[in-house]
Amino acid sequence: MSTLAADAHHQEGPESGIKRWLFTTNHKDIGTLYLWFAMIMFFIGGAMAMIIRAELFEPGLQIVDPQFFNSMTTMHALIMIFGVVMPAFTGLANWLIPMMVGGTDMALPRLNNWSFWILPFAFSMLLATLFVPGGAPAGGWTLYPPLTLQTGAALPLVIFAIHLMGMSSIMGAINVIATILNMRAPGMTLMKMPLFVWTWMITAYLLIAVMPVLAGGVTMLLTDKFFGTSFFNAAGGGDPVMFQHIFWFFGHPEVYILILPSFGVISSILPTFARKPLFGYSSMVYATASIAFLSFIVWAHHMFTVGMPLAGQLFFMLATMLIAIPTGVKIFNWVATMWRGAMTFETPMLFAIGFIVMFTIGGFSGLMLAITPADYQYHDTYFVVAHFHYVLVPGSIFAIMAAVYYWLPKWTGHMYNETLGKWHFWLSTIFVNLTFFPMHFVGLAGMPRRIPDYNLQFADYNMLASIGAFGFGLAQLLFLYIVWATIRSGKKATNEVWEGAEGLEWTLASPPPYHSFTTPPVIK
Amino acid sequence: MTQKKPKIGITTCLVFLSQSVFADLQPYNMTTGVTDISAKVFDLHMLIFWICVVIGVVVFGVMIISMIKHRKSVGHKAAQFHESTTAEIAWTLVPLAILIGMAIPATNVLIEMEDTSAADLTVKVTAYQWMWHYEYLDEKVDFFSRLATPREQIYNVQGKGENYLLEVDNELVLPVGKKVRFLITSNDVLHAWWVPDLAVKKDAIPGFINESWAKIDKPGVYRGQCAELCGRDHGFMPIVVRAVDENEYQQWLQSRSQPSQPQQTALQ
Repeated sequence: MSTLAADAHHQEGPESGIKRWLFTTNHKDIGTLYLWFAMIMFFIGGAMAMIIRAELFEPGLQIVDPQFFNSMTTMHALIMIFGVVMPAFTGLANWLIPMMVGGTDMALPRLNNWSFWILPFAFSMLLATLFVPGGAPAGGWTLYPPLTLQTGAALPLVIFAIHLMGMSSIMGAINVIATILNMRAPGMTLMKMPLFVWTWMITAYLLIAVMPVLAGGVTMLLTDKFFGTSFFNAAGGGDPVMFQHIFWFFGHPEVYILILPSFGVISSILPTFARKPLFGYSSMVYATASIAFLSFIVWAHHMFTVGMPLAGQLFFMLATMLIAIPTGVKIFNWVATMWRGAMTFETPMLFAIGFIVMFTIGGFSGLMLAITPADYQYHDTYFVVAHFHYVLVPGSIFAIMAAVYYWLPKWTGHMYNETLGKWHFWLSTIFVNLTFFPMHFVGLAGMPRRIPDYNLQFADYNMLASIGAFGFGLAQLLFLYIVWATIRSGKKATNEVWEGAEGLEWTLASPPPYHSFTTPPVIK
Repeated sequence: MTQKKPKIGITTCLVFLSQSVFADLQPYNMTTGVTDISAKVFDLHMLIFWICVVIGVVVFGVMIISMIKHRKSVGHKAAQFHESTTAEIAWTLVPLAILIGMAIPATNVLIEMEDTSAADLTVKVTAYQWMWHYEYLDEKVDFFSRLATPREQIYNVQGKGENYLLEVDNELVLPVGKKVRFLITSNDVLHAWWVPDLAVKKDAIPGFINESWAKIDKPGVYRGQCAELCGRDHGFMPIVVRAVDENEYQQWLQSRSQPSQPQQTALQ
């Protein structure tokens, strides 16, 4: 394999300076751009969360106006979903998929450049809404009409920003599928692909299926506001609830877009540090595909209180409960992978185990939310906030961090500082639970979500959650430092990096050559 | 599968136990409420909660044992097994059985909740940014209900009272032991009418009318809030229901159905 690395020196390298990043068609450069973009957005979205938690630190209104508070919850969600988790996973896909399938690059490199460079424009537009008359959108990231139609000058900006993000995602997804279907080395059959590749391929199909639905829905908002249509206005023959159906037909597959690549990451990391093959590879693939299928027929569980017919509520309750089965299969398979292994607990493994435990807790509250009569009490309370933050923060975000620690030595050629990595894990884990666990209690006790002020009975838990949030936010500065320090210097990483690592990316040099596999590797 | 039975037995015991132990811990748990339905919803909540706890203990227990025993630092050698059809079928079918066990009681409660027929009285609830309007159909009574907490408390000039943000100028008075049907709609954007003790939460949708019902068992004051984001003052439109016995209710109706002055003042 060392010949491969040697060959790379004869390849053209990157251009120098800013042109390297503006005009790059290289999967590694674009992957890096996506990951740094996600990192920047993570701190912007995180700062908004800090404002939210600061206002909720004590009862009473002390820091921000309620309207601005609503803008913060809305923008925090849009940025974290579209600006952090999705670009971070696309960045991982760019870096890893060509190396994992034994290809040279992504199949559609110029499309790749374009799909990244749309994002800075989209998010500049979204963030610019903070400074327009009427303020940033404050109707919730779900954009439910009629409230969203009360937005001021920000409305067309946020809608066009969503259009751009959707275009970027769709093009990224097309590229992932084209790469996986065309760039695999000879002998790399579909059922030999690493699970990260599998989960991303399924995610890409979900993206292509649902991003246009969101685009359609928000365009209907646009025409309702500016062109006299009444899609969502009962007075003109429309129905506000129809928007919710359209939105959640996008929105539920979207939550799996945010989590399926995590499943792939965890399935890569666990076998390495357990020094034991992944348990139930094919059932993992089938479980992922089942989850993706079911994600299309459960959307209305987000809207049990809108007044659906009994038969509709029963269908969506039962279909939602079914998702527990393939998700359970995944959890059990991971536990079986750990069972009787020879485990070590480096930072990626810690994040992976943290993911399994806390994602499962989020899964449990998800199962509770599926029970329609109980959902009437949980719906739109902090119990829901606790639920989706458990699956998104110690879920998706932890998986992304696990992936960064796991592959960063490969990408940079340097080992990160293990002691600092472990500090980052433990601080994040303690504070994330301090933030989100008390939210279950205030939600059950009756605190609605999206309120800037609350009754005194909720005060203690809110203060705890705020302290946890500030701690979690600060702990992420450590993450930024670790990544920065690893890029600049650090102990030299070997090609294999980890003792038990399996997969084609570990056969390349660390850092890998600019064009991954110029000669197809031999697949066993 | 024979191992399943004791597990379900334990769960059932725990559910009964939870009724007494957890029901009073208001700040920590869902309310048992004051209607037959709200108690059933609470039981469903505790049943699914304990099922999750049992699954969690098993799964996390196995993980913890594995993390203690199967580590390289204690010299454990990795096994190389990577599939077991029996295990995989088992952990597909056992969860399925648990889910079916959960779905049956949930379906029964849901069917009951959706049965709004044979109501004794009907109250039309209309949501506004940011207040509620109540209209007793068949009676000549209607009025607005708005937040009564003074601004000084909200802006930390005065100390906050016990019912801070959960107090209104005109309470919704309802008789106990009667099936009350709520017709819920909105005048502007989406809202949701939620009183946890009644286990009623329904969206208020402009142009559409939603139905729900409650039969309150105990006299008392029950507080709730708007649950669907409705703009700037979403956090400031509480709901207060005062449940009284039939006599008191009739007296209250009498006093309210005098020429509709309360409504006039409310609109100013």
